[in-house]
Amino acid sequence: MRYLPKSPAERQDMLAAIGAKSIDELFSSIPERYRLREALNLPGPLSETEVIDFFKARAAENSGGYASFLGAGVYNHLRSVVTDAIIQRGEFLTSYTPYQAEITQGTLQAIFEFQTLMCQLTGQEVANASMYDGSTATTEAVLMAERLTGRSRILVARSVHPEYRDVLKTYAKNSGLQVEEIGYGPSGTLDQKALQAALKDDVAAVVVQSPNFFGVIESLPPLADAAHASGALLVTAITEGVSLGLLRPPAEADIVAMEAQSFGMAPSYGGPFAGVIASRDKFVRQMPGRLAGQTTDSEGRRGFVLTLATREQHIRREKATSNICTNQALCALAATVHLTLLGKEGLREMAHQNLSKAQFALAELEKIPGVRRAFDAPFFNEFTIELPRSVKIINAYLLREKIIGPFVLGTAYPELTKHALVCVTETTSRAEIERFAAALRRALEQPI
Amino acid sequence: MAYPANYRYTKEHEWVDVKGDVAAIGITDYAQHELGDVVFVELPKVGAKIEAGKTFGTVESVKAVSDIYAPASGEVVEANDVLHNTPEKINTDPHSDGWLIKIRLANPAEISGLMDAAAYEAYIAAQSKEASA
Amino acid sequence: MTDKIKKATRHTNQNEGLIFEKSSHGKRAFELPPLDVPAADPTKSLGANHRRGGVEGFPEVSEIEVIRHFTRLSTWNYAIDLGMYPLGSCTMKYNPRVNEFVARLDGIATEHPYQPQELSQGCLKILQLLEKCLLEITGMDAITLQPAAGAQGEMTGLLLIRAYHGKNGNPRKKVLIPDSAHGTNPATAVIAGYEVENIKSESHGQIDVDKLRDLVTPDVAALMITNPSTLGIFEERIPEIARILHDKGALLYMDGANMNALTGITRPGDLGVDVMHLNLHKTFSTPHGGGGPGAGPVAMKKILEPFRPVPILVEKEAGRLALEQIRPDSIGRVKAFSGNFGVLVRALAYILAYGPGVRQATEDAVLNANYIRKHLEGVFDLPYSLPSMHEVVFSDALQKKNGVNTMDIAKRLIDYGFHPYTTAFPLIVPGALMIEPTESESREECDLFIDAMRSIAEEAATNPELVKTAPHTTRVRRLDEVGAARKPILRWKPLPARSEAAD
Repeated sequence: MRYLPKSPAERQDMLAAIGAKSIDELFSSIPERYRLREALNLPGPLSETEVIDFFKARAAENSGGYASFLGAGVYNHLRSVVTDAIIQRGEFLTSYTPYQAEITQGTLQAIFEFQTLMCQLTGQEVANASMYDGSTATTEAVLMAERLTGRSRILVARSVHPEYRDVLKTYAKNSGLQVEEIGYGPSGTLDQKALQAALKDDVAAVVVQSPNFFGVIESLPPLADAAHASGALLVTAITEGVSLGLLRPPAEADIVAMEAQSFGMAPSYGGPFAGVIASRDKFVRQMPGRLAGQTTDSEGRRGFVLTLATREQHIRREKATSNICTNQALCALAATVHLTLLGKEGLREMAHQNLSKAQFALAELEKIPGVRRAFDAPFFNEFTIELPRSVKIINAYLLREKIIGPFVLGTAYPELTKHALVCVTETTSRAEIERFAAALRRALEQPI
Repeated sequence: MAYPANYRYTKEHEWVDVKGDVAAIGITDYAQHELGDVVFVELPKVGAKIEAGKTFGTVESVKAVSDIYAPASGEVVEANDVLHNTPEKINTDPHSDGWLIKIRLANPAEISGLMDAAAYEAYIAAQSKEASA
Repeated sequence: MTDKIKKATRHTNQNEGLIFEKSSHGKRAFELPPLDVPAADPTKSLGANHRRGGVEGFPEVSEIEVIRHFTRLSTWNYAIDLGMYPLGSCTMKYNPRVNEFVARLDGIATEHPYQPQELSQGCLKILQLLEKCLLEITGMDAITLQPAAGAQGEMTGLLLIRAYHGKNGNPRKKVLIPDSAHGTNPATAVIAGYEVENIKSESHGQIDVDKLRDLVTPDVAALMITNPSTLGIFEERIPEIARILHDKGALLYMDGANMNALTGITRPGDLGVDVMHLNLHKTFSTPHGGGGPGAGPVAMKKILEPFRPVPILVEKEAGRLALEQIRPDSIGRVKAFSGNFGVLVRALAYILAYGPGVRQATEDAVLNANYIRKHLEGVFDLPYSLPSMHEVVFSDALQKKNGVNTMDIAKRLIDYGFHPYTTAFPLIVPGALMIEPTESESREECDLFIDAMRSIAEEAATNPELVKTAPHTTRVRRLDEVGAARKPILRWKPLPARSEAAD
């Protein structure tokens, strides 16, 4: 087998050195009757070429050749070949968690840069070295708020990503958290009256997303004021990081939970991505996940180490801030390289292209009789449209024209079966937008 | 480092210095040595009630967290907030500047159950012997 | 004479600064294609109160600077691609390059989790085949691929257990965990709403079965066991342990972190395990990437199947695959979308490359560990002498006499060109040296490692100071972890303006 560096003779020599007669002797502690007598029933072995052929065949059964208007938490953005070239270097790819600082300075310094970039983006003071994804980061942010406030009621906007809310509910079920949902108003933003009515002095956190799941931007300062007035913390989830190239950072939030997929990570059918938690310095001891810190070596040179590790499971065990161990380090490195490549101007320009394309797409779609914009608050690269009939039926028609239609909001919001969440990014060409608009027009002209 | 004769000591390596009905509490030189360089302490707020035998805070080194157990019950009247910025005082001066909290004793009789300096030194000598055995 | 020779400045490739320190306004490393629609006015579209000018402090550098920056940083890392990485319980094996290639294919990396399922049959077939392979390897009945890593797999497993007991009328209160367990086990149990009760190991490092019998009360929901244990020893009485639990209605959870010792040899399902997670970034070769990403599938017996996280992969008519969202008894979602799909792709590529031959990998891993044990026994103290599986745990008891501890030996190993083994874990071995070579090491590499360890043992006796001040050959020496924790600096900040007059 090509991955195994031993000849049969070497195996025999090593067995002899150990003093074992056969390899089976090394497994003698496994009771005989539980040892497999037959080989596992697995496909393979495959040569490298066959492995590639297998996955190419699977790839061909997917969505090649279709234009897509899906976002909803996973975004298609330009990615430089440089990012992949860097993260495929064996020194990054095949290195472990940097516990031995002297020989993992590369990973540690990159994490420190990642933490800095995340702080700059979010307007927060401290960011961790990554969580699994945006959904678990949001949940961990809520658990952090629970620890900080000693309270257990959570008010989460219905305009937070439905799957993020699902994950929160799974975790909450057994941690004594009461999760209540706050609806949205006619402009698509959080219903502030409902929030005020629900806010009492037992609320640990108010959780909102911006831009929210309908694509519209929440106004955070009044939400922060309301939460703080009753001693609660404001947790802000961000699914589309590119928006921060143009949008004011969520500096009023006490904890930001961000999905960093937009920064150099392929959609990859849902993962791996990288979650981020960013917060205030004074809350750092309650933060989950790894942190890299700057220090000096015994000769006074700058160096980096994992620090404040007493928060973590390997030391504090059942009293840890989280059970997270393996995180998404390589994805965080991809984000670091990607954002460094884009730089200040590149990110601003990318954000501006997203905004411009979304504005153009909405204008094109609004020209179609029966299509109207559903919520009137400002949006970034996603917006909600209302159609005169079920989005599911429309999308089935669009598929025939090789278009993957917008996200069907009705799957998560029963009251919005005629509503669709349209996403366009800098990767969506004008021609695709025009083709989509034309196809949608034809779809609506079909007899019901 | 000498163990002050007027202090009382616990098996969990805390010391108590009683003045009237107020007791200062800290960790012993032995404890700070075992723990290594202290990087962070978590202390109760003034007004908090603590209970003999229960934990009231933690002391952290780089790779360990130790609970601190209350030698006696009472209400916290002062916490050594200086330690937030200079936790190293627990290492350099565990028996005076490195004190953790002062409490108003709820039941001063609890103190009499603790060890005096000689008994504590004998206790830690036995502990060290056990560790090296 | 000497003061006439100007010492050459060390090239920056040995002294690379932070990327922020290279930034200069106007440089850029990435250009976008021109905008093909009318440019929006951000203030008008977003409103002035939502706008920002640009991200303050973001780097502005060129492409070559980005390449050099990260390439230089990479050279400061140790990696499997450079040599043996014997971190115990981490299974740092070779990460095949073809796995990286296939995970990046168009049609694999490009797929959106919400695209129609009729356009995702390729992705779903990958998931289905991986499910089948992992079930065959573990001997279990059902599986979820959703958890993002081992710790999340553990949580998922315990939530399944909780749901199962809950359905039977009482979720129960406690989870039993051996004192040799990894720290994630107790941390996870708490998240799942359970109290933790530790079980002391008996003198050979195995679970004390008699004590266990007493501890398993109707309050106990499950025992979390690692097998082989963190000592690298197979729990020989695991079928009996399972029976004791099952007799009282409790379940057996197995931490599959050490599955590299069992794959193709025996199956947890056959041993009586009810639910377990797998670390695909350990046994199944997906790269650790400096800390992640991983994947932590959870395999289970039939009784737990109704509680699996949604969505569930199902086969419909004519072999068409679908993700089913609605399951009345499901514990819910533990992660958005369909798990760490890219990691799952790599794991399947690994399994396909071996096929049934994966047994040979297990055999070689155990052979390597025993070969190293044989050559280091006596040089280092072996606190538990039962047969080793894929890893061997020594202690620093012999070297302690000269004031040299496991961390010192580990740091000195760096000077010999190896990554250290795992230090100071498991907790039941004071001063542990936990060595897991994996199957990826040749005999030569094992011999080099053995020579290095023997040489360090000698240095510890004759020149302990040399060992205690190691490493001596790295770019940085031992770092001040105390200072880092006392006054944390967790991000770069620009230097304050040089003079007030300039303001």
